[in-house]
Amino acid sequence: MPVDLNWYLSLSAVLFTLGVLGVLLRRNAIVVFLSIELMLNAVNLSLVAFSQAFGDVDGQVLVFFVMAVAAAEAAVGLAIVIALFRNRETVNIDDISLLRG
Amino acid sequence: MDASLLVGLILLPPIAVSAFNGLVGLFVPAWRGRELLIGTLGTLAVAVPFAAAVALFVGFDAGYLAGHGPPGEVVRYFTWMATGDLSIDFAYRVDQLSLIMTLIVTGVGALIHLYSIGYMKGDSGFWRFFAYMNLFIFAMLNLVLAENLIVLFLGWEGVGLCSYLLIGFWYTDRKNAVAANKAFIVNRIGDFAFLIGLFVLFHALGPALDGPFGFDYATLLAPETLSLLGGGTALAVALLFFLAATGKSAQIPLFIWLPDAMAGPTPVSALIHAATMVTSGLYLLARLSPLMLMAPEAMAVVAVVGAATALMAATIAITQNDIKRILAYSTVSQLGFMFMSAGVGAFFVAIFHVMTHAFFKACLFLGSGSVIHAMHHVEHDLEHRGLLPGHESEGPHGLRAERLPYDGPFDAQDVRTMGGLRRFMPLTAITFLVATLAIAGLPPLAGFFSKDEILYSAFLYGLNDHSWAYFVWIVGLITAVLTAVYMGRCYLLTFEGSPRWPANMDVRPHESPRTMTIPLVVLAVLSALGGFLGLPHVLGQSWIHHWLGAEYGGPVAEPELELAVSPATEWGLLALGAGIAFGGLALAWWWWGRRGLEFDARLRQRSGALYRWASRKWYWDEAYDAAIVQPLVGGARQGLAPFDERVVDGAVNGTAAVIQRAAGVMRLAQTGVVHAYALAIVFGVVLVVALMLFI
Repeated sequence: MPVDLNWYLSLSAVLFTLGVLGVLLRRNAIVVFLSIELMLNAVNLSLVAFSQAFGDVDGQVLVFFVMAVAAAEAAVGLAIVIALFRNRETVNIDDISLLRG
Repeated sequence: MDASLLVGLILLPPIAVSAFNGLVGLFVPAWRGRELLIGTLGTLAVAVPFAAAVALFVGFDAGYLAGHGPPGEVVRYFTWMATGDLSIDFAYRVDQLSLIMTLIVTGVGALIHLYSIGYMKGDSGFWRFFAYMNLFIFAMLNLVLAENLIVLFLGWEGVGLCSYLLIGFWYTDRKNAVAANKAFIVNRIGDFAFLIGLFVLFHALGPALDGPFGFDYATLLAPETLSLLGGGTALAVALLFFLAATGKSAQIPLFIWLPDAMAGPTPVSALIHAATMVTSGLYLLARLSPLMLMAPEAMAVVAVVGAATALMAATIAITQNDIKRILAYSTVSQLGFMFMSAGVGAFFVAIFHVMTHAFFKACLFLGSGSVIHAMHHVEHDLEHRGLLPGHESEGPHGLRAERLPYDGPFDAQDVRTMGGLRRFMPLTAITFLVATLAIAGLPPLAGFFSKDEILYSAFLYGLNDHSWAYFVWIVGLITAVLTAVYMGRCYLLTFEGSPRWPANMDVRPHESPRTMTIPLVVLAVLSALGGFLGLPHVLGQSWIHHWLGAEYGGPVAEPELELAVSPATEWGLLALGAGIAFGGLALAWWWWGRRGLEFDARLRQRSGALYRWASRKWYWDEAYDAAIVQPLVGGARQGLAPFDERVVDGAVNGTAAVIQRAAGVMRLAQTGVVHAYALAIVFGVVLVVALMLFI
């Protein structure tokens, strides 16, 4: 029995909401980072689901782009986190407000 | 050779050499010392245009005499600006009037450049001097050769600039810088009138004409264009251009800058403030003569202002002691004569007097330069020997410092320190004498013919129902007597009698070098013979009238006069003119030739208040200071300065303060906490989605 599109979209929405809440509520920079990845993958899931439902590969192509960008972003982001940790000995983002006006 | 090439040859050398000497002199200090090279280049840059002008002059008349179109040839280089009704060409006009002015400017200019090589020798600004002089020649040629009023205005401003640069040439002396400023500012007033005149003309003609209007003479001065101007517009334009002319040509009310302009080096006074630039106002009036003739009231103003200026300046000239100032007031007075003749419709006579005046006044100024040159050597010599007044000690030769004939320091330009110079500098003396006799109007020298023509045209105009012209004529006669008197005084006090400088048995002036005396001789010959170009009717044909006059195909219009003067009357007027010159000179000899300086004191006693007024220049400077300068400065200080401080500065500072406050509030939003930003983004997204869903 094929799984209904709505199931995929619901899962995607749940994952995305979890990601948003993670970003907003967690203080640890790495967890925030993971939450962002979760949001990206929630979107990827819905893209793939739509692609499969409509029989169109465009959505899957887009997913590859998103994964490539996410990988690059992860590399840069983790490097920044490491650099911050070396400087400040903390990854608590509440303690880091360098851009305060 | 065709005209466009020759016009290029006239205009390009001065500007090219000016730029070369100026830029190389500025960046290569070693070049500045090569005076002979700089001077020769500078002189050639004026001599070549003179040769080109002669070539144009010789090859000129065939075209128009055969009756092919309007007189003159127009050389069009490119369209300068074109917008809507306005289209101005960069074009030059070669016709009888521009040719004669070009010949005067380049001919006299070349002689004065040659003279300057000797006069400016050793001056640290030698290169600068020649760069400015060549730039002046370029601007002046631009002025006289222009085909439209806009290109003319370019030259008009250019000569004003060069005049400023050269009056303030020795700018380290504050007095000179102030004189330069005065000349520039007073000239600007005239220039402003010129601009307003242009605007009025464009307003009246631009929309009315078929094609685009470019202020070109061919269109502007055509009878059908002039007929588009109403009487009131013509009067306004004529008066505005006349006001512009009073600025450049030093007439009441704007003459006050010219006497102060003598602060510049003497060759500058000769070239710019006597022979050429100050005649540009006359040139403008002669060029616009068809327009001027449409406004007889404006012509009357021109004539009366000219007469008043001539008389006033002549009275001042009698009381002056600085040799260059005497000549400066004489220039103002002679320019007044020219305006008189322009005002009675005899524009070609004005140009005739421009020419003869250029010869004898340049000669007089260069002669005075030669005298000043010699007196500077006397001054240095006296200083060297410790004999100048103020040094009480005895000189090495057992001579005591002597008193000068007046209180104050030794002044190399003061005629009271001179006297008897004829023995020491014979060539300067003889040329100065010839020019003095010429300006006094002694027949058959140049000034006699041109001045007689001026008085004759005033008389003739009076005869033809313009009775006010008789008044101008009488003032002209009185001024002619005064001219002979003050010029006689100037010559007699400078060259005759016995020397009046201290220790004059030992300290002797010397004749100037040959580069300075050759121009003097040439100019003296010209001032002796130049008058034969404009013979009066009874003596023969007036060449200059046939060359310039509209009735013979020239560009200079004349009023139609019905009544003519009978030959007997004309002979009488000629005799009167000659008698005046003789009488005035005889008077000068009787007064100053016999008594010398002593007579000045007697004159001061006898004429009382009149003499005091004249010697204080009729209080013009004081009047302007009280009526215009002080109110302006006071008004600025009391009215505008607080306005600037409170309102203008307040607005600027207020704007800054408001922005600063607003920024202080806004910066609270930028916390630097990532969560706050993320939350803002989420709310933003929610808001956008909500808007998309529900609206």
